[in-house]
Amino acid sequence: MTIGGGLTELSAIELAATVGRGDASPRVAVDASHARAAEAGAWRDGLNILLYEDRRDAHAQADDVAARRDAGRVGSLAGVPVVVKDNIATTTLPTSCGSRILEGYVSPFDATAVRRLRDAGAIIVAKSNMDEFAMGSSTENSAYGPAKNPVAPNRVPGGSSGGSAASVAAGIVRIALGSETGGSVRQPAAFCGVVGVKPTYGRVSRYGLVAFASSLDQIGVFGRTVDDAALGLQTIAGLDPLDSTSADRPVPEYRHAAGGSLTGVVIGRPREYFPDDLDPRIRQRCDAALDELRSLGAEVRDVSLPHTDLAIQVYYVIAPAEASSNLARFDGVRYGLRMEGDGLRGMYEATRSSGFGREVTRRILLGTYVLSAGYYDAYYRKAQQVRVLIARDFERVFNSGVHLLFTPTTPTPAFELGAKSDPYDMYLSDIFTCTANLAGVPAMSLPIGRVDGLPVGGQLIAAHFDERQMFAVAYALERRLGAGAHR
Amino acid sequence: MAVTLDDVRHIAALARLGLTDERAAAMVAELNSILEHVDVLSKVDTTGIDAFAEQGGVGTPLRADVGPQIPLARERETFAPSMRDGFFLVPRLSTHEDVDAAS
Repeated sequence: MTIGGGLTELSAIELAATVGRGDASPRVAVDASHARAAEAGAWRDGLNILLYEDRRDAHAQADDVAARRDAGRVGSLAGVPVVVKDNIATTTLPTSCGSRILEGYVSPFDATAVRRLRDAGAIIVAKSNMDEFAMGSSTENSAYGPAKNPVAPNRVPGGSSGGSAASVAAGIVRIALGSETGGSVRQPAAFCGVVGVKPTYGRVSRYGLVAFASSLDQIGVFGRTVDDAALGLQTIAGLDPLDSTSADRPVPEYRHAAGGSLTGVVIGRPREYFPDDLDPRIRQRCDAALDELRSLGAEVRDVSLPHTDLAIQVYYVIAPAEASSNLARFDGVRYGLRMEGDGLRGMYEATRSSGFGREVTRRILLGTYVLSAGYYDAYYRKAQQVRVLIARDFERVFNSGVHLLFTPTTPTPAFELGAKSDPYDMYLSDIFTCTANLAGVPAMSLPIGRVDGLPVGGQLIAAHFDERQMFAVAYALERRLGAGAHR
Repeated sequence: MAVTLDDVRHIAALARLGLTDERAAAMVAELNSILEHVDVLSKVDTTGIDAFAEQGGVGTPLRADVGPQIPLARERETFAPSMRDGFFLVPRLSTHEDVDAAS
């Protein structure tokens, strides 16, 4: 029996109820999470999925939750331990973005998503490993060493939010925060066998999320189950005056979406996401999931999103371009690392060259190139125009009576550590996910079975701000698949 | 539009990144390999499409340029200990004059 008598086995809503009734103390819930992390080998000498913790602070947060409970204020996440990706600002733990250039940096403010979690009674127990500045698809690009997949430690957990996905998969927490620019929540969710949600662009405040590509970035949520993820998103969603891109739209009850019939729901199966060279075992799992959706009453319709094949190319122009601008602020003056050089310019160059890793350097140079005089129209403007075509594909399909799309989340299961040395080969890991970021629509991955013991994710994509419909189908599919989702 | 070594040196200077000769040469090959894939975009007919009018499908809203001070969890002095005349003082560069000696 672990510390806390199996508290880590409770769903987020069950744990919050247990703490709320006074049947468990928030401190015990925190200790159970830390004990599970140690047992799973979550730290540097093991899976390397967690970077920072502060047990005294976690206990202080727990005591605060207990005091609020005793005063009759029980939050929806009372005593629920949460892991936060290392690029989301927290006042009590470092925010280093998996980079040397921000080593030891502690934010003077909490991200809005973190503040909302704390207000609901959640306790931030650790920051998780990630690809440096969220640039990667395997969590191998971290300055603090590669993370490993708890399901198969010789394989990657996916990325860039690999540490958060792996923390949920390893049973350390039921809810974790990640961030998405091209699939960095859904892809690791698929690789680790957990649920990962990328909300609509604007649904969740990005205040306190270290910017990578501002027209694409969005904070996302991991859950062990659809319900854990729904509760997490419910807590952090909604307008925030501190982020002008957060949307002034009502946030419906995602958890109330559970249990409805799928009769009348039309699910599109976009043919571009099922290419001839798709791993046949992934195709089989997806087709089986679509059969289950049909048996639940949904109509499955073949559809086409004809510009899908251009998404990776568009993404790898726009994201590096925006990154080259956003990462200009790391100059040796304002944050963290400073290396001396010859004069001011020499200091900038020495600091940035020594602080940024290989992939970040590559993307800054690529972004600077596509924005530079003579190339802007050919690359950046062109990519933005093709992005419009990709967004119109989704608009057309959703305007034709299709409510949701179902696709594989990734073209393959988790690959072995070190297996992808060519940058473009690695970029293709996001081929089925980056379209939703380019179009700004919500999407999620949920487990739909395994191939050779490795998790396979199925992806649901919805129209702008229709996360509720997406959750309704996810709840139904998860219930129908039962234990089959994990074997 | 192949990237040359001079291009890499130029953009590295723009991006304030120092590159060794070996790294710069490797970057020429890596950027060309990526841009070769990206070149497919040049063949797409985008006549009449305004690149920035419908980004993200919902546009990018702007907040009013007013509002309260953003609250800090910690006192400014705890993370920026040196202030003068309302400005932050940062560690001086070794190649610059001492800020106190100059004043």
